[in-house]
Amino acid sequence: MINRECGVYQTTYQGDMALYPLPLAKISYALLLLVLLALPLAADSHTMAIMNLIGLAAIGAIGLNILTGYTGQVSLGHGAFMMVGSYTAAILSSRYGMPFWVGLPAGGAVAAAVGAFFGIPSLRIKGLYLAISTLAAQFIIEWCINHIPWIGGGAQSSIYVPTPTLFGWPFNTEYRRYFMVLPVLILAYVGAQNLVRSRVGRAFIAIRDRDVAAEIIGVDIFKYKLLAFAVSSFYAGVAGALWTYYLKIANYEHFILSTSISYLAMIIIGGLGSVLGSVFGAVFITLLPIVLVYVVEGIARLFGFTYASIADFLANLRLIIYGGLIILFLAIEPEGLYRMWGNIKRYFRFWPFSY
Amino acid sequence: MFFMDPFFWDLFVNGLLIGCMYALVAVGFVLIYKATSVINFAQGDLVMFGGYIAAAGLSLYHLPLWTAAPIMLALMVALGFAVERGILRPLIGQPVVSVVMVTIGLALVFQGLAAMIWGAATINMPLPIPLKPLIIWEIFISPINLVAAGLCVAFLVVFAYFFRRSRMGIAMRAVADDQQSAMSVGINVRVVFAISWAIAGLASGIGGLVWGNMLGVDTHLALVGLKVFPAVILGGLDSVPGAVLGGLIVGAVESVAAGYVDPYVGGGTKDFAPFIIMILALMIRPYGFFGREIIERV
Repeated sequence: MINRECGVYQTTYQGDMALYPLPLAKISYALLLLVLLALPLAADSHTMAIMNLIGLAAIGAIGLNILTGYTGQVSLGHGAFMMVGSYTAAILSSRYGMPFWVGLPAGGAVAAAVGAFFGIPSLRIKGLYLAISTLAAQFIIEWCINHIPWIGGGAQSSIYVPTPTLFGWPFNTEYRRYFMVLPVLILAYVGAQNLVRSRVGRAFIAIRDRDVAAEIIGVDIFKYKLLAFAVSSFYAGVAGALWTYYLKIANYEHFILSTSISYLAMIIIGGLGSVLGSVFGAVFITLLPIVLVYVVEGIARLFGFTYASIADFLANLRLIIYGGLIILFLAIEPEGLYRMWGNIKRYFRFWPFSY
Repeated sequence: MFFMDPFFWDLFVNGLLIGCMYALVAVGFVLIYKATSVINFAQGDLVMFGGYIAAAGLSLYHLPLWTAAPIMLALMVALGFAVERGILRPLIGQPVVSVVMVTIGLALVFQGLAAMIWGAATINMPLPIPLKPLIIWEIFISPINLVAAGLCVAFLVVFAYFFRRSRMGIAMRAVADDQQSAMSVGINVRVVFAISWAIAGLASGIGGLVWGNMLGVDTHLALVGLKVFPAVILGGLDSVPGAVLGGLIVGAVESVAAGYVDPYVGGGTKDFAPFIIMILALMIRPYGFFGREIIERV
C-alpha cells in the first residue's frame, strides 16, 4: 500500500525488479502483518467472520486478476473453477479421509487442469468470443457436477465436510478459521506479486498489451495463455476448497454465474492488472451488501419500517447499486480503486507542488 | 430408426418453433454487435423488461392488448435509445472486458429495477390464444408456439425488408461493413448506433411478449438471454441470417436432446446441450456459419 511509489520512478533494472521497492516497504509489511495477527485480540466474532469472507474473496480475485488483468483474457467461468476446487476438496476429505493440507492444494491442482482445458479455445479465439466460451465452461461444469452422482453426491449436490484440522488444531471458530484463511491469503498475495514481476509475468503482460508483438519477441503465446488459465484456476480452486473447509459443506450454489460476475466486478472496481487492487476490490464487494443493510435499515428505522418489510426492497436495491457501481467505475475510473489510491498518494507526495 | 419415430418429429418441430423465438432475441443481439461491436449481456434482461412492462399493463393495470403492446414497444425503443446514449457511448474505445462488464452491470440494474417496481412474484401474461393443442400428422403443437413463431417470422421479414431496401437499413449495413468509410460518405454513425439499439429494444419487446406468455414473467425470464450466445456463435456473431439459423438449430437441438437424454440424467439437458454445441463450434469454426472470417494466426 504505502510500500511503493505512486508511479514509475525507477532508474535501474534492479529497482524495477525489487520486491521491496522502498526502504519503507519492509517496515510497512511488518506492521501490516502485526496488525493482521493482532486483530483477533480486538475484534468480535462477527468482525472476524467478515474478515474471513474478505480473505476468501481476495484469494479468488487475485487469481482472476492474473488471468484477466495481467494476461487480458476475459473469463466468465471463474466461479466454475472454484466449484471444481471445492468439490475436489470435499470428495477427498469426506470420502477418502484426506487431511486439510492435502485437500487444499489438490483442489487447486484439479481446478488448474480443468481451467487449462477450457483455456484451449483461447488459442484460436479471443476477446468477446473467449468471454462467451468461458461462459460455456461455467454452464458445462455446473451441469456435470449437478448431474454426475459420483461428483455431486446426489440430492442438492451438497457434500458435508468434517471440520478441518491442522497439527491437531481444529478450525472450529471464526477466530481459528481466520488463521486458516490468513496464511493462504498471504501466500497467494506474495506468490502473485512475485509471479507478475518475473519472466512469466512479463510474458503475460506482453500478451495482454499486444499479442502479435509478444509472439514476435519470442513469447510462446499458446503456452503462456494456458499457463495463465492454469495459474488463475489454481487460485480459484484453492479459494473454492478453502470456502468448502470454511463452510464445512460443498454446494454448487456458492459458485454460480453470479459468483463469476462478482469476481469480475471485484477486479474491475479494485483495478485491473494490480494484485493490491484485487484485494481492494474484494474488500469493497464483500462490504457493500453489509454496509448497505446497515445504512438502509437505519434509514428505514427512522421512518418506522421493520427489517422484514424492507428485505425484498433491500435485495433489489443491492442489485441496482451493485450494477450501477460497476457502470460508474467503468465510466469514471476504469483503473479502479487502485488508481484512486495512487492519486491520493501522488497528491501527498507532490504536495504542495501538485504540478 | 429414430427419424421414423413421431416422438422425434414432435420434439423437432416444437424445437424449431421455440427456435424462432430464440432467433428473434438473437437478431437484436447481432444487430448491436454488428453496428457497435458491443456484446450485449443485457439482451435477456431487455427481454425480461419488455415482458414485465407488457405483463404489468395486461394483468396489473388491465389494459387491452392493443394498447398495452404498443406502449410496451414504444417504451422498449426508448429504453434502447437511452442505454446507447447514456451508458454505451462514453465507453467507445474501451477494452473488451469493460464493455462486457458494463452490459453485465446493466443487466443487474435491470433485474433489480424490474423486481423493485413490479415485485418478484411471477406475473401471468394473458394473451387471447387458445390452449388446446393442434394435432398435425401426429405432432402436438400448442397454438402459443405457433403464434409466437408466426410473430417472430413476421418481424424478421419486415426487418429483412428494412435492411435491404430502406435508406436507414442500407446506412446501417454500411456502418457494419466499415465505420470510417461510412462516415466519409456522410452517414451519421451515431444515429445508426442509436437506431441499432432501438431496433434491438423492439425485438426484445416482442421477445418479452411471447416468452413472457410461455414462461410467465419474473426475473428468470432474463435467462433466455444466455441461450442467445450459442445461437449467435453458431450462426456467426455478425450475421443476421446466421442468428436466425443459429436460433433454429439451438431450439431444435435442445428440444430433441432434452427429450432423449433427460430420462437418463434427470433433467437439465435443455440448459446444457446448446453450450456443448457452442464449445464445439468455437473450437472448429469460431466465426460460425456465416460470420465474417477474420484470419489472424498468433
